[in-house]
Amino acid sequence: MNTFHRDVEAAIPALRRYARALTRDAEIADDLVQDTLVRALRSEHLFLGGEVRSWLYTILTNLNRNRLRSLARRPTLTPIEDNDAASASGPEAGGRDIERALAMLVDEQRTALLLVVLEGLTYREVAEIQGVPIGTVMSRLARARTQIKSYLDGERPTLRRIK
Amino acid sequence: MVDQTPVTEYELHLHVDGELPVGRREAVEAWLANHPEDASRVASWREQAALIRQRFAHIAEEPVPDKLKLATIMRMRRSWGAIAAAAALAAFFIGGAVGWVGRGASAAAPSEVEVFTSDALGAHRLYIGEVRHPIEVKAEEDHLLPWLSRRVGTSLRAPDLSAFGLKLLGGRLLPGLASPAALFMYEGANGERFTMYCAKVNAARTAFRYDDSNNFGSVHWIEGNYGWALSGPKDRDRLKGIARAAYEQLENRAPSRSSENQLLSRRGS
Repeated sequence: MNTFHRDVEAAIPALRRYARALTRDAEIADDLVQDTLVRALRSEHLFLGGEVRSWLYTILTNLNRNRLRSLARRPTLTPIEDNDAASASGPEAGGRDIERALAMLVDEQRTALLLVVLEGLTYREVAEIQGVPIGTVMSRLARARTQIKSYLDGERPTLRRIK
Repeated sequence: MVDQTPVTEYELHLHVDGELPVGRREAVEAWLANHPEDASRVASWREQAALIRQRFAHIAEEPVPDKLKLATIMRMRRSWGAIAAAAALAAFFIGGAVGWVGRGASAAAPSEVEVFTSDALGAHRLYIGEVRHPIEVKAEEDHLLPWLSRRVGTSLRAPDLSAFGLKLLGGRLLPGLASPAALFMYEGANGERFTMYCAKVNAARTAFRYDDSNNFGSVHWIEGNYGWALSGPKDRDRLKGIARAAYEQLENRAPSRSSENQLLSRRGS
C-alpha cells in the first residue's frame, strides 16, 4: 500500500458522510463512494500530486451530478411523505427538516454548502472542486442559506422543486 | 483602529465559515453588535450548520462497510483484470472454432471485439455521410428505444450528449456479428456527426479502447455482454471524454424514456 492508497483509505469515512448528506439515501450514497474509489484507483496514474482528498471529493461530486442529470429526465416520483413536510413533527422532525431543506436546494448550492459546512473545506477548495470562481461559491452558499432559512422558518413552498 | 468600511453580505458568510481575513474580524464583530438583523441571520446560518453536522457527522464515525474497504476494491479490480485476460484467451480459441472469422489466418484471427469495432466504424462511415437519411427512426418518435431494445435484446438507452453540444437525431437497426445491432446518430451544431453503436458481444468487460482507421476514431468498451462504440472525428481526447460521459450514464443505470418501469424495481434489488 503506497501513500496514495493510504490517503484514499483515510478519506473513505468522510466521503461516506458527504455522499449521505448529498443523496440522503444510504444505499445510493455507498454506491457513489464505491464508484468514486473504483475511478480513483483506475486513474491513479493520472493523479499528479496535490490533495488526494479534494480530488476524491471532485470525483464524487461529478458522479453525483451525472446521477442527478440522468434522473432529471424521469417523471418526478417522490415518496408521499415527502410532500407532507408541513405536517412533520415528533422527535425526528428536526433532522428530517434539515434533510428536506437540503433536498429543496439546487444541486450546486447543496454541494457547495455541504463541502463547506460538513466537510470543512475552504472556499478555494470548493471552487476547484466545482470548477467555478470563488465568487460563485459564495453566491451559492448565500442562496443555499437563504433558502434553508426560509424553509426552516416555516415558509414551506407549496410547490416543491424537485432537485 | 477598527476598519469602518461597511460589512458586505459576503463578509458575513466569510465570518461564519472562518475565512475572514484577520484585519476584518473586529470590524465585522462590531457591525454585528450594531445590526441585530444581520446578527440574527448569522446566528441562523450557524444553527443550520449545526443541524447539518448533527444529522450527518456520525456517518464518518461508523465502521466502513467491507464493500467500501480499499482492499476489497483493489481485489475487485485485480479480478476484473484476470477475467479480461482469460476472456481474451477464450476469444482467441472461440475465434478459431467459429472458423469463418479467421479463415486462413489462424494466429491473426480477429476476435469478436475486433469484428465488433470494425462493424461499428463501418456503420459510422456509411451513415454519417447520408444527408437525407442518416437514420431510420427519429429521436422524437417514442418507439425508437423500445423497438431497438427489443431487436437488440437488451434495454437500450441513448446517452444524453447535449453537454458536448450533440443532439440525438435518431437511430437505426443494423446486422451485427451474431444478432442485430443498434446505431444512434448524434449531430453537433456545426454538422459534425457522432454515432453510438451497440451490439451483443461475447467477451468479458473491457476498459475503454481507442481505435482509428481512415478518418474516424472510435472508443469502445464492453459491459455485460454488450459492446458499445462511440465513433466520430479522429480526436482521441475528445472521444474519450464523450465516451466516459456516455459510459457513466449507461453505467449509472440512467433511466431513459423506455426504461422508466425498470427503474421502479431497480432499487429494490
